[in-house]
Amino acid sequence: MNLSRREQLTGRVFLIALIVVTLLPFVSMLSAALQPRGTVPSGLEWPSDPQWGNFADAFTAANMGALLRSSLLIVAGVVPVSVLIATMAGFGLGQLRVPGGRLVFGLFLLGLTLPFEAVVTPLYYQMQDLGLLNTRWAIILPLVGLYMPFAVFWMRAHFTNVPVELSEAARVDGSSTWQLFWRVQVPLARPAIASLTILMFLWTWNQFLLAIVLVDDATKRTMAGALGAFQGQWGTDLVLLCAGSLLILTPTLIVFLIFQRQFIKALIQGSVKG
Amino acid sequence: MTSALGSAPTGRDDSRARPTPTRAHRFRWARAAGTGWLYVLPALVMYAVFVLRPLVLTLQYSLYDWNGIGVARWVGLDNYLTVFTDSDLLKIIGNAIVLIVFFSFIPVALGLLVASMVRRITTGAFGTVVRTILFLPQVIPLVAAGIAWSWLLSSNGLVNQALRAVGLGGVARAWLGDFDTALPAVGVIGAWVLLGLCTILLVTGMSKIDPALYEAARLDGAGPVREFLAVTLPSLRQEIGVCLTVTIIAALASFDIVYISTSGGPGLQTTVPGLEIYRLAFSQRQVGLASALAVVLMLLVLACVLPIQRLSRGEKP
Repeated sequence: MNLSRREQLTGRVFLIALIVVTLLPFVSMLSAALQPRGTVPSGLEWPSDPQWGNFADAFTAANMGALLRSSLLIVAGVVPVSVLIATMAGFGLGQLRVPGGRLVFGLFLLGLTLPFEAVVTPLYYQMQDLGLLNTRWAIILPLVGLYMPFAVFWMRAHFTNVPVELSEAARVDGSSTWQLFWRVQVPLARPAIASLTILMFLWTWNQFLLAIVLVDDATKRTMAGALGAFQGQWGTDLVLLCAGSLLILTPTLIVFLIFQRQFIKALIQGSVKG
Repeated sequence: MTSALGSAPTGRDDSRARPTPTRAHRFRWARAAGTGWLYVLPALVMYAVFVLRPLVLTLQYSLYDWNGIGVARWVGLDNYLTVFTDSDLLKIIGNAIVLIVFFSFIPVALGLLVASMVRRITTGAFGTVVRTILFLPQVIPLVAAGIAWSWLLSSNGLVNQALRAVGLGGVARAWLGDFDTALPAVGVIGAWVLLGLCTILLVTGMSKIDPALYEAARLDGAGPVREFLAVTLPSLRQEIGVCLTVTIIAALASFDIVYISTSGGPGLQTTVPGLEIYRLAFSQRQVGLASALAVVLMLLVLACVLPIQRLSRGEKP
């Protein structure tokens, strides 16, 4: 049909415009990152002699090796624990339907829209009392707690939809709750767990507020927190700042491109769920 | 973005029928309920220690005048009185509300426009490329978006370069440093971050609409606008609700973008509650006032989000 072909065309034009707008900031950063150091770059201007060496300089200046290690340690501290305990809680609330479960679930829901700013001040003093300020624990422990409302909500939604008969059948076969959980339920929950893992990874890696409040040393922060410190230090050297920013966001980009299907699915579900 | 991507209660039905309990059965379920608690406990403990306790402390601090080190002095609701009467703090809350227009209304409106244009062409290789690219701003740290846009909007950034190229050099300025344009400029960054997410969510929602509805509308002689109003918009109620929820929270609780791109300046033009809480608590050492502002922010989020939840879910078909 003619009409639909015209629609297709306008659709494509719109999408391409949107893509250009989305990519422009990245391209502009790249063009600045390749200018000779000490010059004042302007807008979008492909350099006659691209200085790829700037990236090497930024790698050293940003202390990228240490930052990567730190972010990975924080992710390793947050993600497996959050996912495990949220899965267990989701199982308890959604499958075992513990008495008083509704009340507990309501308590978790309370935190769902909570801005992190609302608790960051007491968290600072709490970490100070525990002697954990300036350690990665100061980011890891609160994040696990702060992710619980969403994570429990997410896993409970999955377990609520698994027929209870399945658990009962396993019980009749004489399996303990623990066996039921690990052998039957967890394997079935794999897709929900995978999506949750992806979201937790992304949110942890990009966490900024907790990182700058609770940890002074940039090499003990998340990538996003470290980027904040990098900007503070090299904010006036635009060329190096752009090169460094691109470097710091590359790991997420790589992970995203590898798992993009799962990422998009997780993000869409993550928003819609509920 | 915070972890508050999700939204409020589903009210999913829990009362799935169980087989009639015999005595042995009942005993087993009772024991299972006991063990069940062990599964919920770890999550609950982490939540209680690192969210609920701090939340209660925020409420408590908000009633005191405290510098974080010395003795706290009980002041009752004085801090709240300050939040609602201090012209600077009111301006800061106002900024957050202005940002809702940019972070929320613009992405949702533009997203609807784009999504209805592209409803049918998100499959195939082109579709995958589009989705991937539109999601990029969601995946990178907000801080990186802030840095990229600070450069784009700076005196010799791309925006001014383009303006000069089309002869509008007179309009060119340091957008984030100008008293009149700083807040909208911050808003544009947020709109850029959230537009892709909204677009994709809305496209996904549209792909679930029964094509027969569109055919029926066409047979009735509906044009694209009428079709959009009569079919698309009502079917997308839930998705629009989700987009509004996510983006309004992002606007009200914004911190990263503002901290990096303007640090709240010039003056207080772009200071938002999140930034002010941080500044009050950690540079000004006015922990009580910071906490009162935090409580107000929390209530503001709920006041905006709960009605949307009700509206978008209330009368489910």
